[in-house]
Amino acid sequence: MDVFGSFALLLAFICAAYALVGGIAAILTRHPLLIKSARQAGIATCGLIFLATGSLVYLFFSDSYWVSYVVAHSNHDLSTFYKVAALWSGQEGSLLFWSFLLAIYVFSVLLVYRNKNGELMPYVGVVLAGVQIFFLTLNNFVASPFKVLAAPGANGAMEIFTRADGNGLTPLLQYPEMVIHPPNLYSGYTGFTIPFAFALGALLARYPGEKWIHLTRKWTMIAWCFQTVGILLGAHWAYAVLGWGGYWGWDPVENASLLPWLTGTAFLHSVMMQEKRGMMKVWNVWLVFCTFFLCILGTLLTRSGVVSSVHAFAQSSIGNWFVGFLLLAITVCLVAYVKNRDYLKSENQLDSMISRESSFLFNNLILLVSCIAVLSGTLFPVFSEWFSGSRISVGAPFFNKVNIPIGLLLLFLTGVGPLLAWRKTSAESLKRNFGWPLLMGLLAGGVFFSAGVREFFSLFCLLLCVFVTTTIGMEFFRGAKVIRARTGTSLVSSAVELTMRNTRRYGGYIVHMGMVLIFVGLSGAAFNRDVQKEMPPGGTMDIGPYKLLLQSSDSKAEPNYTAQRMIVEVWRDHKPLMMLYPERRFFQSNEQSGTMVAIYSTLREDLYVVYAGQSPETERPVIHAFLNPLVKWIWFGGVVVVLGTIVTLLPNRRAVLVLTGATEPASRSHPASQPLVPSVALKESHD
Amino acid sequence: MQKQAKFGVGIAIIVASMGFLAWLGYGESKTYYHTIAELPALHGSSRAHRMRVGGTVESGSIRRLPGRVDFVLEGEGKALRVSYVGSDPLPDTFVDKSQALVEGSLTNDGNFRAEHVQAKCASKYEAAPTADGGSVKPSTM
Repeated sequence: MDVFGSFALLLAFICAAYALVGGIAAILTRHPLLIKSARQAGIATCGLIFLATGSLVYLFFSDSYWVSYVVAHSNHDLSTFYKVAALWSGQEGSLLFWSFLLAIYVFSVLLVYRNKNGELMPYVGVVLAGVQIFFLTLNNFVASPFKVLAAPGANGAMEIFTRADGNGLTPLLQYPEMVIHPPNLYSGYTGFTIPFAFALGALLARYPGEKWIHLTRKWTMIAWCFQTVGILLGAHWAYAVLGWGGYWGWDPVENASLLPWLTGTAFLHSVMMQEKRGMMKVWNVWLVFCTFFLCILGTLLTRSGVVSSVHAFAQSSIGNWFVGFLLLAITVCLVAYVKNRDYLKSENQLDSMISRESSFLFNNLILLVSCIAVLSGTLFPVFSEWFSGSRISVGAPFFNKVNIPIGLLLLFLTGVGPLLAWRKTSAESLKRNFGWPLLMGLLAGGVFFSAGVREFFSLFCLLLCVFVTTTIGMEFFRGAKVIRARTGTSLVSSAVELTMRNTRRYGGYIVHMGMVLIFVGLSGAAFNRDVQKEMPPGGTMDIGPYKLLLQSSDSKAEPNYTAQRMIVEVWRDHKPLMMLYPERRFFQSNEQSGTMVAIYSTLREDLYVVYAGQSPETERPVIHAFLNPLVKWIWFGGVVVVLGTIVTLLPNRRAVLVLTGATEPASRSHPASQPLVPSVALKESHD
Repeated sequence: MQKQAKFGVGIAIIVASMGFLAWLGYGESKTYYHTIAELPALHGSSRAHRMRVGGTVESGSIRRLPGRVDFVLEGEGKALRVSYVGSDPLPDTFVDKSQALVEGSLTNDGNFRAEHVQAKCASKYEAAPTADGGSVKPSTM
């Protein structure tokens, strides 16, 4: 199977090379057969990558301990679930996994558009093949996952040998989130390749109009959604496994995942300016280019150990390949831009400071400032070494100082932006749209202040959250009211109907609502508390409204590890509330241990209990308890973001379907025989 | 062109204030990286900097004492005695011979007082030598 996998990868490389060279030839000659063959080579590349990935998975499941990657990341007792995760737990496998996910995207794109957009697709195919070639080069010649163990045999020749068991998967990764977090994040990283390929393809082909934006919108949304979920799952993993009580530490690898998210978010917003008003064309193209570069940079940071990080794999030469590819990609994009920049002329100019355009402009500006701040902070050690010779790093205060105000500004724009009119907003509409939200926000601010929330940023954040929620609620309410007046259905089903008629706009509001919930959760971080105490059995500890009582401890043997478990009873208001079982797991195969945090989570706060180990002198267990307010809102917000994104991907329901079943007679201005079709709802609206 | 000037001012205000905040944050949190071998050569104000030092935890050197954890970091043939005084529990990856990154400052006697310890995530394992003592050399098929 390892030979099969290697061959599949090698053939994939050859097919990708053909897709690139044949594709360029096809563009030059316009020969229909060449175009077809290049496309089919692209599809074959993907199929071969699927086969190679499948064979590596097979090697894990069949316990093939002669393949060094399998030996390094698996063992007999590892459960099936984690054997899948072992696929991407190391350098070679995760690079193959990158190729695999990219292949899924490329396969779908080539298949979906096989008979459409004939002018554009050959260019897109060439760009995609170029990216695939880079990763296949790594898979084949730099970090092959199919290397076997071999040693000089009796006659001096190299012989393959088989180990009895593998080293096992590192315990930090033996956690359910770790099975879904990397695929999500990687799907985000790889997914941005699609809009990148379309943008570069359209630029190279001088493809008329904004069609590439319409074509890629869904792909971008999907990639963005995966990226968001990946980041949140990573944060949740850090929270639930690393046992330090937090979810975000501005670690270089966390930052690396945030960077393309920031530019991707900016891109999703600024493309609307291009669709509606023909503006920001250069900006959009470069945003999507930069998003792709940052995805590659993110992979580089994770893989190369350029910047010290807890996540980074051992120092390796693979970084040079990434730097080379990044430089090549930037050069290609620059050349394409310089050659074709006249094609990106803007059709309109900004009219007013208080308009939809300017809110998008500022949204983009601050997302970009945030991105630059995070990027420079992350790479500061590298740059400071170049310029001054000493390696200087910056920590959380740097990132927080810049990003907290930016986050709040963004939150404010989330509420304001969608309600501003294009071109220019009148004072009258400002009053109508923002009177209530402003009042509600200030009212809520007063309530929170009197409830004891005195931390400035948290208070302001909560105030803004109420403000934005009100603006969003009013949007749904107004639209639903109109539908209710026509159809007579309840307000809720009218709101659903409203959403389905313009999925893009109202789905977008749902995504915004999810972000608001996430911000509510983030605002709680200012009030985190923790207590660490050595506790004999029967000992107690007070934290906030809770009292923890350590009843006893036990240990249980599982196939792959032994767990030492603390049995902690939680009391509240002099009544027993529940039991928590924080534990430490010891993994025999690689002699490492891992924590399992016990969390009692409510909407108000998380009680987070860690068994921090035994005190070396007294051998008593040390319990570290945290009280983290509002954390649950973050995960809940993530779910809402996903739901909202799914809504934006649905096709609009046509208003006519509903109105045929309407009980209320059509309004007087229309003859009753004619179906009432509001023109706005019928055409695809891009709000 | 007045409109564009307005936008320019708005953009400049945002960028300038963020730059100022970044500068504040930089001053507050900048940390120098040093190797263990560089430490004795530091003098004057550079000894007082907040710094990060990386190295390998010497086998058997970890001693857990009340209120602190002592261990020895090795690197480039030099050793550094470290006292960890932070409140966070040490990471699970922190064991003998693990790669660790300590953050803190030098004490007057040349030891290191660490407030944070990171241990490198052991995502990457090298294949261990086989039982029969034969060295393992991966080769591509």
